[in-house]
Amino acid sequence: MIEFHLDARSGVSPYLQIVHQVRHALRLGLLSEGDQLPTVKQVVARLAINPNTVLKAYKELEHAGLVASRPGIGTFVTTTLSDASLASHGALRQDLERWLAKARLAGLDDESIEALFGDVFRSAAQRGVA
Amino acid sequence: MTAVLRASGLGKRYGRNWALSDCTISVPAGQVVGLVGPNGAGKTTLLHLAAGLLAPTSGTIEVLGGRPLDGPAQLRRVGFVAQETPVYAGLSVADHLRLGVWLNPGWDNDLAERRIEQLSLDPKQKAGKLSGGQRAQLALTLAIAKRPQLLLLDEPIASLDPLARREFLQGLMVVVAEQGVSVVLSSHLVGDLERVCDYLIVLVASRIQVAGEIDQLLASHHRLIGPRRDPGRMPANQEIIQASHTDRQSTLLVRTDEPIIDPSWAVEQVSLEDLVLAYMGRTADADRRPALSEVRS
Amino acid sequence: MIRLAWRQFRSQAALALVALAALAVVVAVTGANLAHLYDTTVAPCNAGGGDCQAVGVSLLSTDLSLQLVLSAIVLAAPALVGIFWGAPLIARELETGTFRLAWTQSITRTRWLAVKLGVVGLSGMAIVGLLSLMVTWWYGPIDRVSMNEFQPGVFDARDIVPIAYAAFAIALGITAGLVIRRTTAAMAATMVGYVGALLVVTSLAGPYLMPPAHANVPLSSASDLGFDPGPTLVAGAPDIPNAWVLSSQIVDGSDQAPSQTAMAQFIQTACPKVFGSASQVGGQLKGPADATAFHDCIVQLSSKYHEDVTYQPADRYWVFQWCESAIFLGLAVILAGVSFWWIRRRV
Repeated sequence: MIEFHLDARSGVSPYLQIVHQVRHALRLGLLSEGDQLPTVKQVVARLAINPNTVLKAYKELEHAGLVASRPGIGTFVTTTLSDASLASHGALRQDLERWLAKARLAGLDDESIEALFGDVFRSAAQRGVA
Repeated sequence: MTAVLRASGLGKRYGRNWALSDCTISVPAGQVVGLVGPNGAGKTTLLHLAAGLLAPTSGTIEVLGGRPLDGPAQLRRVGFVAQETPVYAGLSVADHLRLGVWLNPGWDNDLAERRIEQLSLDPKQKAGKLSGGQRAQLALTLAIAKRPQLLLLDEPIASLDPLARREFLQGLMVVVAEQGVSVVLSSHLVGDLERVCDYLIVLVASRIQVAGEIDQLLASHHRLIGPRRDPGRMPANQEIIQASHTDRQSTLLVRTDEPIIDPSWAVEQVSLEDLVLAYMGRTADADRRPALSEVRS
Repeated sequence: MIRLAWRQFRSQAALALVALAALAVVVAVTGANLAHLYDTTVAPCNAGGGDCQAVGVSLLSTDLSLQLVLSAIVLAAPALVGIFWGAPLIARELETGTFRLAWTQSITRTRWLAVKLGVVGLSGMAIVGLLSLMVTWWYGPIDRVSMNEFQPGVFDARDIVPIAYAAFAIALGITAGLVIRRTTAAMAATMVGYVGALLVVTSLAGPYLMPPAHANVPLSSASDLGFDPGPTLVAGAPDIPNAWVLSSQIVDGSDQAPSQTAMAQFIQTACPKVFGSASQVGGQLKGPADATAFHDCIVQLSSKYHEDVTYQPADRYWVFQWCESAIFLGLAVILAGVSFWWIRRRV
């Protein structure tokens, strides 16, 4: 069974953090098909967060087809995320490494690179591209 | 949605001082409501009115569809934990559970005893010798074991250390998850409320400044940073909550349901803490526009 | 709620019962002794006729310190239960904030108050009642000799009035606590209020509860007979057994109080041996040296003067016990009513 944690300072809403953590666990193979997610009561007893938050997260995961809730029993993983592991995005990795090299040549330090990437990522997300 | 607490023009006056003025609010059921405001803002007064400890000076208040002063049936449905969590110092923990049995027809003693055991409280210990955190947990146990539909908690964690605070909130959230009880929880600290509440009421200087679901509040409040701008020239659909200016730059905290289309502004998310602080610091001046109606879910 | 009220009251009740039990032992032992003393000295003397003053005085001076203690306890007990049981009952809950716990369970405030008032009020009355019973029994022999049961100070420490005093004191304490909301201030207010009420009712009851009786009593029966400068005759009230003597004055044959000059003239004419000249500035002349002259003088004065005594006769003792009890119980009920009104409207 996985455990959730909450980063109160991240600016990301709690229910999204739970969604991301489930997806991340699925990607890393920590959760596989048939595994049970922690019950709402268990999550809430550890994190001291609103049960509605957990319910919302689980509902969104269910909506995305990743989990299914069985009333009275619990919420269970129904699929694994597409078997794309981090290692298999070879082409994307290479593009990224090339871009990073270019950014360094342009004189950007680590912080500027992160800021630039974050800025573009967020505004693209807002436009619904990412 | 049924309202668990409804007030209309509610006010309470002591002598010449209005502790609460003109409160109109409709709090939906099944939520954990945070009541935030500085000390002396009227949070305790509002909770006492809802719990039937005070009678209104003006206006009306309805709790779970009934009036707080209606009688035992009404008292049975509401659990209350007062500030400083008063307990009978000379009575033991077990005696307090007996108090619950004797005074509440709907008392669930199994739940109470289970909770006491989980909390590792010694039933024979005199309540006066408990630590602050233990007392708060005992008071919460008494309130929840009567199986109420609504829990009113007046600054239950204010004087607790961080661990005790976390444990209290964990216990409270488990109760909400298990029993589906609605909660109204007051505090003058925002941080703890953020993870626990879905609905927020900001009470400052005896008046409700803003109320609504936290997600909606965060979505409708923005920080705008840009070149210096006269607040009077802002669009009418944007309510300015807070404004500060340098000679070159203006930083505004606005509330609006419409998207911000003016490209000269950098738009940022506002944290719940900043939102509350802005309302707490708000003064009546020219920057303020007529208030928008309450944010609906 | 009854069980909660008992649980909260437990230690106070236990303390009182222990003290009462200890006192009961003392009372039983010494009281039996007193009764025995009476049966063997005073009773036979009375039966045989003759002067029984000596045996009476002897009985009256038995266990003097215990007499004082027991009287003090019965007189103080109602005030003590009012101050220590009544005043803190509600005031402490208001002061410590525990009322916010009690009033948000599932019972109403009025029921909460009613049960607490009932438990403590009835307990207080019971304890004081038992105390009064014990002490009244103990004092039996002494009262039969001194025959002053109806006098204030003794009346209030006998039979049923202490019970009513206790009810009143507790109701007063509870009301004070509710209104003042601070324990120590409420205790002080209860003490002041109780003493005040007792003094007022006692001073009014004598003259007004029932029209007092009058009696003409010869000067020789008066106590403390003597002369003040003038000269004026002064006299204390006579001893009427088991009656409550309210007042007395010296009057002439037509029941008028004489003027100072008239009396002075008559005294000087009637008692030349005692008051030689008109310029005599006399003091009290009761010394044995002048006993005969004094006695003759009084005989002479008795031809013109006697005492008019206002008093409540002995057979009204129980009427007064019931009436005063009713008054204080009535006051207790009124105060209880006030506290119920107050807790609903004002808190």
